[in-house]
Amino acid sequence: MSDVPLSAQLINLCAAAILLLAFAMLAQRRVLQLIDLFALQGFALFLSTLIVAVKTGQTHLYFSAALTLALKVAVLPLILRRLVQRLHVKGEVEPLINIPTTMLVGIMLVVVAFNVALPIAQLSATITRGTLGIALATVMLAFLMMITRKKAITQVVGFLAMENGLFLAATSATYGMPMVVELGIALDVLIGVIILGVFFFQIRDQFDSLDIHHLERLKDH
Amino acid sequence: MDMFVVMLALPLVSGALLTLAGERAWAPNLNILASAGTFLAAVLLTVEIVAFGPRFAFGEQFFIDSLNVFFVALTAFVGFTTSLFSGPYMKNERARGKLSVPRLRLYKSMYQFFMFTMLAALTTNNLGLLWVMMEAATLTTVLLVSLYRTPASLEAAWKYFILCGVGIAQALFGTILLYFAAERVLGETGNALLWTHLVGAKAFLDPTIMSLAFVFLLVGYGTKVGLAPLHNWLPDAHAEGPTPVSAVLSGLLLNVALYALLRCKVLADGALPAGFAGNLMMGFGLFTLLVAAFFLSRQKDIKRMFAYSSIEHMGIITFAFGMGGAIANFAGLLHMTLHSLTKSAIFFAVGHAAQKTGTQRMDDIRGLVKINPLIGWGLMLGTLAILGMPPFGVFASEFMILTHAMQHHPWATPLLLLGLGIAFAAIFGRVQPMVFGETEAKRLPHAPAITPVFVHLALVLMLGLWIPPDLARWFHEAARMLG
Repeated sequence: MSDVPLSAQLINLCAAAILLLAFAMLAQRRVLQLIDLFALQGFALFLSTLIVAVKTGQTHLYFSAALTLALKVAVLPLILRRLVQRLHVKGEVEPLINIPTTMLVGIMLVVVAFNVALPIAQLSATITRGTLGIALATVMLAFLMMITRKKAITQVVGFLAMENGLFLAATSATYGMPMVVELGIALDVLIGVIILGVFFFQIRDQFDSLDIHHLERLKDH
Repeated sequence: MDMFVVMLALPLVSGALLTLAGERAWAPNLNILASAGTFLAAVLLTVEIVAFGPRFAFGEQFFIDSLNVFFVALTAFVGFTTSLFSGPYMKNERARGKLSVPRLRLYKSMYQFFMFTMLAALTTNNLGLLWVMMEAATLTTVLLVSLYRTPASLEAAWKYFILCGVGIAQALFGTILLYFAAERVLGETGNALLWTHLVGAKAFLDPTIMSLAFVFLLVGYGTKVGLAPLHNWLPDAHAEGPTPVSAVLSGLLLNVALYALLRCKVLADGALPAGFAGNLMMGFGLFTLLVAAFFLSRQKDIKRMFAYSSIEHMGIITFAFGMGGAIANFAGLLHMTLHSLTKSAIFFAVGHAAQKTGTQRMDDIRGLVKINPLIGWGLMLGTLAILGMPPFGVFASEFMILTHAMQHHPWATPLLLLGLGIAFAAIFGRVQPMVFGETEAKRLPHAPAITPVFVHLALVLMLGLWIPPDLARWFHEAARMLG
C-alpha cells in the first residue's frame, strides 16, 4: 500500500474514526456521553474535510470545514447539552434492549453499505473514494440508532449523526456540494434543532417525560 | 417590477412582519392581503411566461418554464383561498378556546413562510436548493401540526418531523449521488446541480450511479408525497393539525413533493434504460392506492379519512406519471390540479362542519344539511367530485388514466378499479349520513367562509366539462416536457 498518498491515508483514518464513533454511539446508554460522541464525530468530519481542502486547494471546502467545526462541534452539542440540563432528562440512562444484537445488526448494515457503494466508488476519481462506503454505513447506523432508541433526544442525535454521514458522502464522492446548497443545508439543520428544542418543551409539558412511548397512541383502528 | 421577485418576497416579508408585529387586529387581513398579492404576482408571472417563454432569475438559480409555472399558479391560488378560509375559521377556534393569541401569531407567520418555501421549491433550478426548500417546508409546518398542543397533535408532529426528516435525508443522499454523476460530465463549476444543465447532459450521466440516485430520491421525496409504506405521518398530521394546515398539506405540499420527484424522473429517464424509473413509480403508485383504499374503510375520524383519500389519489397520480407518455402525463397533471382544488375545498367544508358539531368523529356528525345547507352541500359535492363522479373534472382525469392503463398495462386495470371501488364505497357510505341525517344545530360566533369551497368546486366542475384551450395547450406542453 506504499503508493497510497499520505493525505488519502489520513482521510481514510478519519472516515474509519467516524464509523467507529457511529458504533460507539449505538452502544452508548448515557445521553450526555452520547452528545460528546456526536461532537467528536463532528470533529473527525471537520478534520477529513480540512485534509481534502488542503489537498485539493478548493476554497469552498475550507468554508464547509469551518462550518462543520462551528455547527457540529460547537453549536449543536451546546444546544443539546443545554436542552438535557434544562429538561432534566430523567436519570440520563436509557434502558437499551440487547446491545450485542444491535451491534450485530449494525455489522450487517456495514457489509450491505459497502456492497452498495462498491460499484460507485470504482467510478470516483476523487482521492477520497474509499470513504463512500463508510459514509453510507454511517447513515445506516444512525438510522438503526433512531429505530432502537426510546428517548426523543437520542433520536435527534441519531438524526444529526445521519446528517454527518451524508456530509461525509458529499465530500468523499464529490468535493462537496456547491456553497449555496451547503449553506442551505446547514441552515435547515440549525433551524431544525431549534424547533425541536421548542418541541421538547411542549412534549415535556404535556407528558412530564421525553420518553417517546407516550407518542404511540395514534393508530388506525 | 419583476413579478417573480415580488411573488417570492411577499410571503417572506409578510411572514417576518407577522412574526414581529404579533397578533394585532389587522394581522388576519395582512395574511389574506399578502396571499392575495402573491396570487396576483403569480398570475402576472404566468401570463409573462405564456407570452414570452421560459426565463431565469437570480443568475441561473431560479428557472420558470411551462411545467412549474402551472404549479406556481395553482399553489398561489390555493394559498390565497386557504387564507380566506382560515380567517373566520381561526377566529372560531379562538372563540372556542382551543387556541391562544400567541399561537394565532405563530400560525400566520408560519403559514406565510410555508408559502415561501413552496414557491421557492417550485421555481428553483438548483436541485440542492430544491432539497433545502422541501426540508424547510417540513420545518415550517411541524409547529403548525402541533398547534393545539394536545397529546395527539404532539405525537402527530413528532412522527411528521422524524419520518419526513429521515425520508428527506434519503433524498439528500440521492441528490449527492446525482451531483456526483453530474460532476463527471459537467465539471466542478457549481453548475452540476442546475436542472437546465443536467437536462442537456442527461444522456451522459452514469447509469449505475443514476439508478441508485433515483431509488434514493424516490424513497426520499416519496415519503413526503405519502407513498406507501412511508405514508404513516400523513393521516396523523392531517387529522391533528388545524384544518387550514390540512388543506395546504394535502393540496400543496404533496404536489410540490411530487413535482420534485418528476424533475428527477426526467433526468433518470434520460440516463437509464427505458422503463426503470417508470416501473418503480407505477409499482409504488398502485401499492399506495391499494393500501390507502383498504385503510379508508376503517377510519372513524373525518379528517383522517380524507387524508387517506389524499394518499389514494397520490398513488393514482404517481401511477399515471409512471406510465409516462403524452396522454398519461397530461392526465397526471390534470389530476394533480383537480385533486388540489377538490381536496382543499373538502377540507374547508370539513373544518366548518367539525366546528359546528364540535367533533371530528364521523359517528357524531349528522345532518349537516340541516345545520347549514351550504356546508352540507359543499361537503357532499366535494365528496362526489373527489370520488370521480361525472361531470366533475376528476372523472375525466381518472378516465384517461384508466383507459391508458387498459391499452398499455392491462394487468394494472383490475387493481386500479378495485382500489377506486373500495374507496368509493368507504367514503360515500360515511359521508351520506353525515350530510343527510337528524341533528341538533349550533351557532358559531363568526360566520364561516363558504365562498372558497364553491369557487374550488366550480373550477373542478368547469375542468370536467370544458378545459380552456390555453390551459389545455399549457398542459400538453408540460406533459411533453416530462417525456
